[in-house]
Amino acid sequence: MAITAIKGKTALTGNSAIAYGMKQINPDVCAAYPITPSTQIAEEFSSYVADGAVQTEYVTVESEHSAMSACIGASAAGARVMTATSSQGLALMWEMLYVASGMRLPIVMTNVNRALSAPINIHCDHSDSMGARDAGWIQLYSETVQEGYDNLFQAMRIAEDLRVRIPAMVCFDGFITSHAIENIELLSDEEVQGFVGEFKAVNPLLDVERPVTYGALSLQDTYMEFKYQQSQAISRAKEVVIEVGKEFGKRFGREYGLFETYKLDDADVAVVILNSAAGTTKVAIDELRGKGIKAGLLRPRLYRPFPAVELSNALKHVKAIACLDRADSMSGFGGPLFNDIRSAMYELEARPKIISRIYGLGGRDYKVRDAIAVFDELENVKKTGVVDELMKYITI
Amino acid sequence: MATLKELSAKKELFTGGHRLCSGCGIPPIVRLILRSTDSPIVATTATGCLEVGSTIYPYTAWRIPWIHSAFENAAATISGVETAYRALRKRGRIPDRDMKFIAFGGDGGTYDIGIQALSGALERGHDFLYVCYDNGGYMNTGIQRSSATPMAAATTTSPAGDVIPGKQNWRKDLTKIVVAHDIPYAAQASPHNWADLSKKAEKALKVKGAAFMNVMSPCPLGWYTKPEDSMKLAKLSVDTCYWPLYEVENGVLRVTYKPKEKRPFEEWLKPQGRFKHVFKPENAHLIEESQKRIDLEWQRLLDLDGKRV
Ligand SMILES: Cc1ncc(C[n+]2csc(CCOP(=O)(O)OP(=O)(O)O)c2C)c(N)n1
Repeated sequence: MAITAIKGKTALTGNSAIAYGMKQINPDVCAAYPITPSTQIAEEFSSYVADGAVQTEYVTVESEHSAMSACIGASAAGARVMTATSSQGLALMWEMLYVASGMRLPIVMTNVNRALSAPINIHCDHSDSMGARDAGWIQLYSETVQEGYDNLFQAMRIAEDLRVRIPAMVCFDGFITSHAIENIELLSDEEVQGFVGEFKAVNPLLDVERPVTYGALSLQDTYMEFKYQQSQAISRAKEVVIEVGKEFGKRFGREYGLFETYKLDDADVAVVILNSAAGTTKVAIDELRGKGIKAGLLRPRLYRPFPAVELSNALKHVKAIACLDRADSMSGFGGPLFNDIRSAMYELEARPKIISRIYGLGGRDYKVRDAIAVFDELENVKKTGVVDELMKYITI
Repeated sequence: MATLKELSAKKELFTGGHRLCSGCGIPPIVRLILRSTDSPIVATTATGCLEVGSTIYPYTAWRIPWIHSAFENAAATISGVETAYRALRKRGRIPDRDMKFIAFGGDGGTYDIGIQALSGALERGHDFLYVCYDNGGYMNTGIQRSSATPMAAATTTSPAGDVIPGKQNWRKDLTKIVVAHDIPYAAQASPHNWADLSKKAEKALKVKGAAFMNVMSPCPLGWYTKPEDSMKLAKLSVDTCYWPLYEVENGVLRVTYKPKEKRPFEEWLKPQGRFKHVFKPENAHLIEESQKRIDLEWQRLLDLDGKRV
């Protein structure tokens, strides 16, 4: 398909948009290691560095573990820090993700979603970021290139907010979003700088007049208080996400909330799904609506912290819900999104029927007809009130 | 180089009151290193005795900015700190002055799990000093073997059993590996020779780029020795030529101390409980083989003395 830029818009892949957004932020330090499908972010950003388009110091680390370790060192030192990764790279960082959040360092990382080995697979699913969902990072998911680009700036504001100070991860789908060219609305450098503002370091290591100790041993008497404060801080992030989303909307005309809904208000049956597959699902919904079926969608944007009350309020009128997970918890009890949504709905007096469907692992196609098949199942559940299969892999 | 009097007049940047064992080699090493520059220092430490012993929230023994992030990544962590320094200095966000960056790690955190991060940071050429305190084992976690543990030493994962007499591998020569990175400065030192150690630390902190020091660090708990014997044992490790003192400065190797009388390796082993079993008659070959290797390595260094390596 030929891509032609329409007026005021620029045709960019997801990765190029993120690299460009990073250039516009012009962070102090970037430490990154290449991995498909996020490699172009590291490549293109290093070109910006080589061309003097940014003042960023770029550390070409020898692994993702060292990437996150260097990000931690730089962030604690007082720098604004960004990185990007995918899949095995995020898995290799796992140990350090917890250190970054435990030290309350506002690092911003793009994770281009890709399946985890084994078997090795370079294509999209969400097992990488889902594996990090309890690492204490804010997670924003993005349906499109535009949203990924917009989320990058918002992630920075949210992470750096003094009520929060928690690292943030922007996720979008490998290849489907990272390599697809989309016409997007870019902000000007001034708009970006005006929005993200100047970075204010808290207790930086480089303030040698006021030496601080980071990473002290903390045992039975204090560890729990650290974790309690961290838990309070990430809970506060929800309000900040809304606030920052509103401000972004006011300034640039694109507002994102905690989640997106599509034809959900009067829906009897609904799909809850993350990232790019929401687009496919919306096409299916339009088709079904034409046949009189009241189908709808909810696409979470903020997944960590989990806005449980808001999500259950938005879904409470629906009769049957399918949570579509592009990752399996391997618990034998459905995907992570299913478990979170289902748990959020438990407080309701009248609970909808909720089923778990696993789709799209390792880049398996999810087509409009696959979405329609899920809605057909939901229609049946609605009619009979009976759930035949609570958990199921589809498209196998 | 500063005199002993001048050194002792400097402010203590690593305070007393820490929880490292009496007789531990680490505190004198750290204090000597921190005294070796007048510039402000930021340091990191790998998980291990030094990290655990120097902090417990809300206390810290560090009077300089300090960070511990994990076990295998001291070199990567300091890479980030040093990079932030360059980035913020360039942007005028911190005062325009010289600063020093030091990473401390045990032999486990350096020879074994941290060697990748170390190699990466050396290759990238960050302006920092990596100090490995080599006590020959994972001491913090209860004396497990590392790749720095000497041949035949008994540890909790290489015990002297009825069939296997302690560790059955030669120790890794990390200094040689580091030298292969062609960094501007690398050295081996020992805390009993404070003058040699201080001189090396001064040089290491002065050079632009990555520097490395591998420092002998006696461990009474892991070696089964008396705390008051630690410096004597450090000296014996050098006088037996098990731990040669040398440096490689811009590619040129120099042996910085040649014992007047090279002591037999046995003399270093004898007082250490971890080698008790090697003095059984059936294990005599272990001492002989070790002695042979030490002699060969010492001769190799003497042959290279003053030469480009
Ligand atoms: C990834 C990881 N693996 C294992 C450990 C457990 N651990 C902590 S310190 C340590 C040994 C440290 O040994 P060394 O680096 O020689 O320092 P020392 O204890 O002698 O000071 C180990 C195995 C850890 N903290 N992290």
